Amino acid sequence: MRGICKIVGSFLFLLTTLFVNARTINVGKSRALKSIQSAVNISENGDTILVDPGLYKEGGIIIQKSIVLKGINYPVIDGELKHEILFIKGKNIIIDGFRLQNTGRSELKEIGAIMIYDSYQISAINNIVDNANFGITLQNSKKCTVKNNSITAYGKSEVQSGNGIHCWKSDSLLIIGNKIAGHRDGIYFEFVTNSLVWRNISRKNVRYGIHFMFSNHDTYIGNIFEENESGVAVMYTKFIYMYNNYFLNNWGGAAYGILLKDITDSEISGNVFTRNTSALHMEACSRINLYKNSFTNNGFAIKIQASCDNNDFTQNNFKGNTFDIGTNGSLVLNTFNGNYWDKYEGYDLNHDNVGDVPYHPVSMYSMIIESNPAALMLFRSLIVSLLDKSEKLLPGITPENLKDERPLMRPLRL
Amino acid sequence: MIVTKNITKKFGKLKALDDVSVTFSKGECIALLGPNGCGKTTLIKSLLGMVVPDNGTIEFNQSSIKNKWAYRSRIGYMPQIGRYPENMTIANVIDMMKDMRKENNTAPDEDLVKSFGLNNMMQKKMSTLSGGTTQKVSAALAFMFNPDVLVLDEPTAGLDPLSSEKLKQKIISEKQNGKLVLITSHILSELDDLITEVFYMQEGKLLFHKKLEALKQETGEEKLSKAIAKIMSEQEAL
Amino acid sequence: MNPDKMKKLLKYVVADIIQNKIVLVYTALLLIISLSVFNLENSAAKGLLSLLNIILILVPLICIIFSTIYMYNSAEFIELLVSQPLKRRTIWLSLFCGLATSLSIAYFIGVGIPILIYHADATGFIMIITGLFLTVVFVSIALLSASLTRDKAKGIGLSISFWLYFSLIFDALVLFLLFQFQDYPLENIMVALSFLNPIGLSRVQILLQMDISALMGYTGAIFRDFFGNSAGIILSYVGLTAWVIVPLLISLRKFKSKDL
Repeated sequence: MRGICKIVGSFLFLLTTLFVNARTINVGKSRALKSIQSAVNISENGDTILVDPGLYKEGGIIIQKSIVLKGINYPVIDGELKHEILFIKGKNIIIDGFRLQNTGRSELKEIGAIMIYDSYQISAINNIVDNANFGITLQNSKKCTVKNNSITAYGKSEVQSGNGIHCWKSDSLLIIGNKIAGHRDGIYFEFVTNSLVWRNISRKNVRYGIHFMFSNHDTYIGNIFEENESGVAVMYTKFIYMYNNYFLNNWGGAAYGILLKDITDSEISGNVFTRNTSALHMEACSRINLYKNSFTNNGFAIKIQASCDNNDFTQNNFKGNTFDIGTNGSLVLNTFNGNYWDKYEGYDLNHDNVGDVPYHPVSMYSMIIESNPAALMLFRSLIVSLLDKSEKLLPGITPENLKDERPLMRPLRL
Repeated sequence: MIVTKNITKKFGKLKALDDVSVTFSKGECIALLGPNGCGKTTLIKSLLGMVVPDNGTIEFNQSSIKNKWAYRSRIGYMPQIGRYPENMTIANVIDMMKDMRKENNTAPDEDLVKSFGLNNMMQKKMSTLSGGTTQKVSAALAFMFNPDVLVLDEPTAGLDPLSSEKLKQKIISEKQNGKLVLITSHILSELDDLITEVFYMQEGKLLFHKKLEALKQETGEEKLSKAIAKIMSEQEAL
Repeated sequence: MNPDKMKKLLKYVVADIIQNKIVLVYTALLLIISLSVFNLENSAAKGLLSLLNIILILVPLICIIFSTIYMYNSAEFIELLVSQPLKRRTIWLSLFCGLATSLSIAYFIGVGIPILIYHADATGFIMIITGLFLTVVFVSIALLSASLTRDKAKGIGLSISFWLYFSLIFDALVLFLLFQFQDYPLENIMVALSFLNPIGLSRVQILLQMDISALMGYTGAIFRDFFGNSAGIILSYVGLTAWVIVPLLISLRKFKSKDL
């Protein structure tokens, strides 16, 4: 007991000495220090800079000391469409409560509102980023937090706009509660490991809601990806964990709720896929467990290429999709068992909620449409129903092994 | 009243009417006679606008009926076979006809409705009526709107003798009112008291059109049926 | 035409047809199917899907056959009407409107009301509207069959052929075409072709509601631009209206010069 008291006591002492030494520096139109950069220049590690409300037309503020830069009532820092706004390289830095707008634009170099390089324990929280080329970028950094920022751009094409939150070669990042819209990719990860992406909303971006590659051991929970031009695409990654995310309303020939390419050893569970042209598209994926997801009112719920193997689909709900599963080959190395399919027409004599005959989720017409997209216009016509019915009786084109041996009679409560 | 000039009608190769010119005048009761398929019905249908002749003109009160329809408010037509929408009641049919022809502001003539006893079965549906009762409805409708011309196609076929007699009396009284009556019938004996002229057709051609009196004198027969039979046998002989 | 007389005649014709046993059975049949579909299926959306085939297949079939038979059975009645001071146009249009109105009422009671009860959303409304359009279109085609031949058996045969053509053969031909020319971009042609079949046109309207996610993916710019915007939707209904008017006008022309 005494030992604990001693430790707490010494910790409190340390803390007070820290506060005694730390200063608070005010910046504002009516203050001695008029510009943020001048305040940063005179600050020392541990200082807090408080910025009054107002418009600060200064780009290229460089912060390399361990300070807290805090805005009062969202002071505006304007890059005047010429330069980047905050350039950060250091450790233990907090950027909190600013409105950062109008960064420069370049096709050669990444220009962003908050640019974090080679850093450790940086937090960017509660900022509003408006009309930036890149919103917040992190490169070669560790243990950084990007939280509760609202990042909006007005990109028209992929070439001209940058990403909302752009992370490269970093580790242990927390990307939490941000709202991103109108960028190229809402969130972009390349070589980012051991990170958490939680409760972000990424919508109406000109390319992907989230885009990552070579980013192992990351977890994605409770994010919403909606109405992005091409949905979500993730590639070349192992050990990803995606739980309870929403993939909504991604429409278009090349739009996917989520596109998985070369993803292995991962878990995808509890996600909701609604009204996407292709909800889940898988290429060269292995050993993914997909369970307890719901697929509702999509064009295709799942498109799985023959290059995928050892993926396991179980306890998912499939409701109101135009087609449940599409595939491009007859080889089936994946398992589909114990899912609920609303198109299942079998029976359950022993009332154990498991259908007594298998369900074949690939319809013949879905295969016809794969090779001849214009034929979709005939969908739901009598001739197509007859073709599909006859294929069900005498399978010829559809892969016979792609079936759910234990289809559920009632939807799961997900 | 009605004048046809050189009307011709072909159905395929069959000449139903072949250059028929005729004048039907007011106050006459004319029997249209001739063997089956001689063109009587086609002639009637031409007058009513159901069949459009290939050539020739038909005038009603000095004006051509081609592409006209209003003149038919002056005609009462009783078809040979009356079939009505099956779920209409007698009252429906009569009301419908009144609605269709209301431009004649005179009160409808419902003598036949009463004398045939139709007013006691007004709510019966047409599909439940016997052939004879249906004919009674047709007859009542033909006379109802005080037409100047009555076209009756086999009017007494299917009627019981009593009703048949009532209809004949009605025809006679209308004739006396100065109306033109055209009748086709196979039962020649019925026509004796009714008609004033005979119009005889064969193979689409008009064979003769004579006053009944003149016909009787020529043949020396008292009965129409005998007179016609005599003419037909003379024809055979030729 | 005399609209006043037409209205009156229409009233009697409608009253006659809605008391017709076949129409009553048809209404009851639709009602039973609709209610059982909505009650037996797990979800109302799935019920709607099952109803789709009823609307696209059964409704046109019943409408065209019933109307054709009705027209032939009314031959003597039509003769009687022609002998009255009525224009033929008035008679023909009254019969058309009578059939269209009665069968539309039957459809609305049998299918429309259950949809409104169980699935009153945009898809449901489109299904009601296209079903009503198909009803009227196939009455119009029935009148065309009836005006083309005097023989009842031939007329009914012709009607069944029309139905078979629009519900099955046309789509089979299009499918064949698609496979023959699958290396060519056929979207434009598909849009044009869909106007040649009233059932197809109706189906596309329903597809746009039910399978919009899938359609947005495949059809490329043309389908999306054409059927996806309001001008395309309006044009589709103009197309359906043309399918009502054109057969009707042809049949009217035939009827006007027809010997009864």
